Amino acid sequence: MPGLLLMLCQRCKKTTATVHLTDILKHSGEKVERHLCEECAQAEGVSFKQPLPPLNELLTGFVMAQAGARALADLRCDECGMTFAEFRNQGLLGCPNDYSVFEEVLNPLVNQAHDGGTHHVGKIPPTRPSSEVQQQKMVRLRRELEAAISREDYEAAARLRDKIKNAEPTETEQSP
Amino acid sequence: MNFDDLARRPSAWLSCQGPLGEVVISSRVRLARNLAGFPFLTRATDSQRCQIQRLVWNALVEAGQGVDAFYVDIEQAHELDRQLLVERHLISRQHAASKGSRGVAVGAAETMALMINEEDHIRIQALRSGLQLDEVWKVVSGLDAALEQRIEYAYHPRFGYLTACPTNVGTGLRVSVRLHLPALKLTGEIERVLRATRDTRLAVRGLFGEGTEATGDLYQVSNQTTLGKSEEEIIHDFRHLVVPSIIDYETHARKVLVRDKAAALDDKIFRAYGLLGHARTISSEETLGLLSHVRMGISLGRIKDIDLQTVNDLFLQTQPAHLQKLRGALLDGEQRSIVRAELIRRRLGNGHNPG
Repeated sequence: MPGLLLMLCQRCKKTTATVHLTDILKHSGEKVERHLCEECAQAEGVSFKQPLPPLNELLTGFVMAQAGARALADLRCDECGMTFAEFRNQGLLGCPNDYSVFEEVLNPLVNQAHDGGTHHVGKIPPTRPSSEVQQQKMVRLRRELEAAISREDYEAAARLRDKIKNAEPTETEQSP
Repeated sequence: MNFDDLARRPSAWLSCQGPLGEVVISSRVRLARNLAGFPFLTRATDSQRCQIQRLVWNALVEAGQGVDAFYVDIEQAHELDRQLLVERHLISRQHAASKGSRGVAVGAAETMALMINEEDHIRIQALRSGLQLDEVWKVVSGLDAALEQRIEYAYHPRFGYLTACPTNVGTGLRVSVRLHLPALKLTGEIERVLRATRDTRLAVRGLFGEGTEATGDLYQVSNQTTLGKSEEEIIHDFRHLVVPSIIDYETHARKVLVRDKAAALDDKIFRAYGLLGHARTISSEETLGLLSHVRMGISLGRIKDIDLQTVNDLFLQTQPAHLQKLRGALLDGEQRSIVRAELIRRRLGNGHNPG
């Protein structure tokens, strides 16, 4: 549309129009063309946002379909504090432990998202992974360490750091 | 690593040396991983994000992968440099735009990139030109194994590798190919083919543009299911069932156009070639549309004096951040359109043509 190249924004009449819209009026079915600059288009509420990811739709649909959805929304992970309601809103979990805490409500969702898949059948870690209890313990130790540092309790922090080091000997001092 | 050099260099995955390069632009595989003993990023503090960054980078160095890789601290990087990495498909838009300490390690020739602290702690990807899924899987899988010897991943006996979003859980594997499908668009069959593809539980989206509108006729097809199938099964199905049928449809549509609509086809191709060769100011969107037709013209042997490589390079170098890097200045939209037109004229050999 070379004719549009130098067209001025119809709203501010200052900047070159870069957003070209065709509205169809509800009553008459008449087409109305509008040419706006980006700023005015945004001011007029023209949205460039992408549609919601399918997971959110899935989640909403799923939760709506559940009776007693209120009880589900109150489920909470003690490790990271994530609630099911919060997960439902953002679509992201808070820590590995959430998979256990929310397992029951996640099952149908995971099932649907993975076309009936319920069990992992791919690669497995070469060495036996730490037990879930061990993994949770590490999350907790790290959180306690954070807390100790922020309240400037360096004695406790040092003790916690040693505990973490002993439990996980892979860390070495090198910076990117 | 110098970002200005990066902008000048063609991307290895755009080399069009790859198999079926006339239709398949590139193949990509990525794995999502999280460290055991840390919360996911929605709950990680900034000091934990830093620890994760350090642990992963150290593991990468110990695995011998740090030697010819360069590391970009995305939090510190200039906006234009982030944009450049997005345009080269080395980081996601989300990674460029989000907050907090995060980075990317990029391997030599840019065929490997490892994002740290994106949606998951680790996102490993490999990218190659043409259809080379087995090869990219080998690279990603090897690196994943090397890292796993040094760091422990969050893993659940039933759910597999744990990810922040349950849609990635299990293998954490996302396979995608980028396809150039101009003939299906021209014959009006594209929607039917894409719908059939979506029916097999694959996601299809335009590589540029929003929603279903695919500027430049470039599409990305990827798997959605990551749980319940092994990595090899996912890749095998993709490689042998899905992609070949789309390629067949496109190849067939091209043949039909040449046979039944040669004049109209050539008109499209050479109008596009003419416009690109003579325009004085051109938008990114118009460029993509025209390059698409020229690319098809080269594939079909209608245009002989330039090669696919030139067009592939232009797809990349006419993007906003690349233009500004090549020019060495920040440019507004209007200035970019002028610089873009100049660059295209020069690359198509019409630099001194008075027009």
